[in-house]
Amino acid sequence: MTTVGGSEELQSDQHVDLMLNMGPQHPSTHGVFRMLLRVDGEVVLDAEPHIGYLHRGSEKLSEGEQYNQVITLFDRLDYISNFNNEWVYCRAVERLMGLEIPERAEYIRVILGELNRIASHLLFLGTFGLDAGAMTPVMFSFRGRERIQALFEAVSGARMMHNYFHIGGLKEDVPDNFPQLMTKLLSEIWVDVEECDKLLSFNEVFVARTKGVGAIDLETAIDYGWTGPCLRACGLEYDVRRAEPYSLYDRFDFDVPVGKDGDCWDRYFVRVLEMYQSLVIIEQALKDMPPGPVMALGRRLIRPPKGDVYVRAENPRGEIGVYLVSDGTDKPYRVKVRPPSFCSLSALRHLVKGAYIADAVVILGSLDIVLGEVDR
Amino acid sequence: MSAKEVLILILALLILFTALSIVVLSLVWIERKFLGRLQRRLGPTRTGPFGLIQPIADALKLVLKEDLIPSWADKAIFWVAPLLVLIPSFMIWVTIPATSDLALKNMDLGLFVIVALLVVSILGLLLAGWGSANKYGALGGLRAAAQLVSYEVPLVMVVVSIAILSQSLDLRVIAASQVPLDTAQPVLKEVMAAGGTFNHVGVPFVLIFPLGFVLFLIAGLAEVGRTPFDIYFAESEIVGGPFVEYSGAHWSVFFLAEYINTFLIAALAALLFLGGWYGPLLPEWFWFLLKTYLMVLVIFWIRGTFPRLRIDQLMAFGWKVMLPLSFAGVVITAVYRFYEWPAWSLSLMSLAILGVVGYWLYRRFTQPVIELAKAYGRHPGRTASAR
Repeated sequence: MTTVGGSEELQSDQHVDLMLNMGPQHPSTHGVFRMLLRVDGEVVLDAEPHIGYLHRGSEKLSEGEQYNQVITLFDRLDYISNFNNEWVYCRAVERLMGLEIPERAEYIRVILGELNRIASHLLFLGTFGLDAGAMTPVMFSFRGRERIQALFEAVSGARMMHNYFHIGGLKEDVPDNFPQLMTKLLSEIWVDVEECDKLLSFNEVFVARTKGVGAIDLETAIDYGWTGPCLRACGLEYDVRRAEPYSLYDRFDFDVPVGKDGDCWDRYFVRVLEMYQSLVIIEQALKDMPPGPVMALGRRLIRPPKGDVYVRAENPRGEIGVYLVSDGTDKPYRVKVRPPSFCSLSALRHLVKGAYIADAVVILGSLDIVLGEVDR
Repeated sequence: MSAKEVLILILALLILFTALSIVVLSLVWIERKFLGRLQRRLGPTRTGPFGLIQPIADALKLVLKEDLIPSWADKAIFWVAPLLVLIPSFMIWVTIPATSDLALKNMDLGLFVIVALLVVSILGLLLAGWGSANKYGALGGLRAAAQLVSYEVPLVMVVVSIAILSQSLDLRVIAASQVPLDTAQPVLKEVMAAGGTFNHVGVPFVLIFPLGFVLFLIAGLAEVGRTPFDIYFAESEIVGGPFVEYSGAHWSVFFLAEYINTFLIAALAALLFLGGWYGPLLPEWFWFLLKTYLMVLVIFWIRGTFPRLRIDQLMAFGWKVMLPLSFAGVVITAVYRFYEWPAWSLSLMSLAILGVVGYWLYRRFTQPVIELAKAYGRHPGRTASAR
């Protein structure tokens, strides 16, 4: 069995596999991902992922920026869940400095982080629908996401690259009408999430396309380093918010949704259930939010003591880890990010082997990768 | 044929083509507006009142765009393929009667001609995929061939059932046999005078043969490649399939053909199952257009609701569900005709088959997932409607 690119002379009875180049300019490779599929008719025999089209050297760039400036780089890693990224980096520096941040700031961080999780999962829901060929979910889910982004804009001044969580707390307090905004938003988002859920979750064709597709067993998923919703879809109740509660997560009452089969539909549905749980967390946080300062530090120039720290957090895509080394100057000596998308993506080859071309698209969509984070 | 007759024929064809183009423009506008409303958007609003000029703007944009032909494409095939798709779909319309006396050329075997011409577009799609020398195109072309051939069979079987019911392949007779005798009188008398046969039923076939209607709609959707069967040009997988290398005017020919075909399936559904142009009070052309556009809306509605099936699921559904069901349809209509049972017996049999198959599909595919969702901790009490 030989593989040709297209130009060689072929014998008439020779069996040839087709090399199909998918991406980086393909509607459903979610950014600039590229995979080379070796296909036999419609069946994918092998897939070779190519990453790096969005490599910006964020980790190296971080070494040349002051601690507070690095936040903007973290905004641009996983550009779908900016707050969560800022948060984990700020926590790393704060841990290094042994800094306690004001309670109000923590509450606001939790609220914004969970809202961002919903926004991220809504985007996933819409694009996943598109991957499967449904055009309506994306319109419904982006409406909800747009509302969340409007709130982000009201709070931080930016819809996406917020630069709002600073080391020691927040850049500034939330606007005065924040509780009203949140009350209105929450009631709308409940409906939005539920609408998206009802629209797609049990759609017969959608179920046919996703249930049983791209299934992975728990052992293999752990071997690939999967975390987050993808891992939980395989049946393991592992959530950093629960396993190693950071910030205020030990104060809230919430479930960690878990799947069983580890296929595309489970990965999808775990995310849907997570959106409801995030709403539950936000409601609790909003109720308990105390007044007070939001910034623990009076100065902008930060010089953490010498040392290193590893901090992890539950991002919408899974467990993000930040390893930070300080040499005592105002710039980090080394920043290493452990991105969840990268680990999910590494299993792609395993998942798409033997699947159909259409499945390859759905499987890639179900991993919910963000190339900004994979390539860094 | 005298020169005058030829001239009239050419003129009539031109008028038909213009009418179909206007229909396509209207379909584009309706699709964009209707899908927009389904998705809680406004659809086009900026071009003219209610965005009415939007399809014209779209068409202008398409025609003005540079028409690229890949240097490695097989030029002759690349040029011919769009026409091979458009011409059959246009030719079909020659035989479609829009009212009892408005058809370019009504044929005794009209339905047969339509079914025969519907297959030809496969060739065009296959050639388009092959001629553009693109792997996605080739995949799409082969998908199109597999899909269209598979769903041709159920479609033909449903048509056979209809022929059994009305004892005719003449579309005028088929429509006329679905309405009360006094309304259908003129057409039927004419047919009788010409020595044709027919069987007058008196109610729209959708009522006595719902199984056929459902099968026809599904097979029709597959034939024209609309969601959930838009597999051969699947945007998110093979980025347009056979059309991937086409642009500008060439692409718009495909586009035109696709919408003409969509309208054709809707019109056929109206003619075969909904009593064609017959209706109370209002003129015949109005009823024909109303029924056809309603069917078009159903097709667009399905597009707004469903994702896309996978090619193997499509084939499995076609050969394992659609084909047996369509044969069952032929058998029950034949039995009904042979023993001359009352009309309700046929609808009862159809509904029973539909119900059993529908329930089986639900039990087999949907219910396990709903159960699973409950096991995964879905909290209905926490959802917005319950709060």
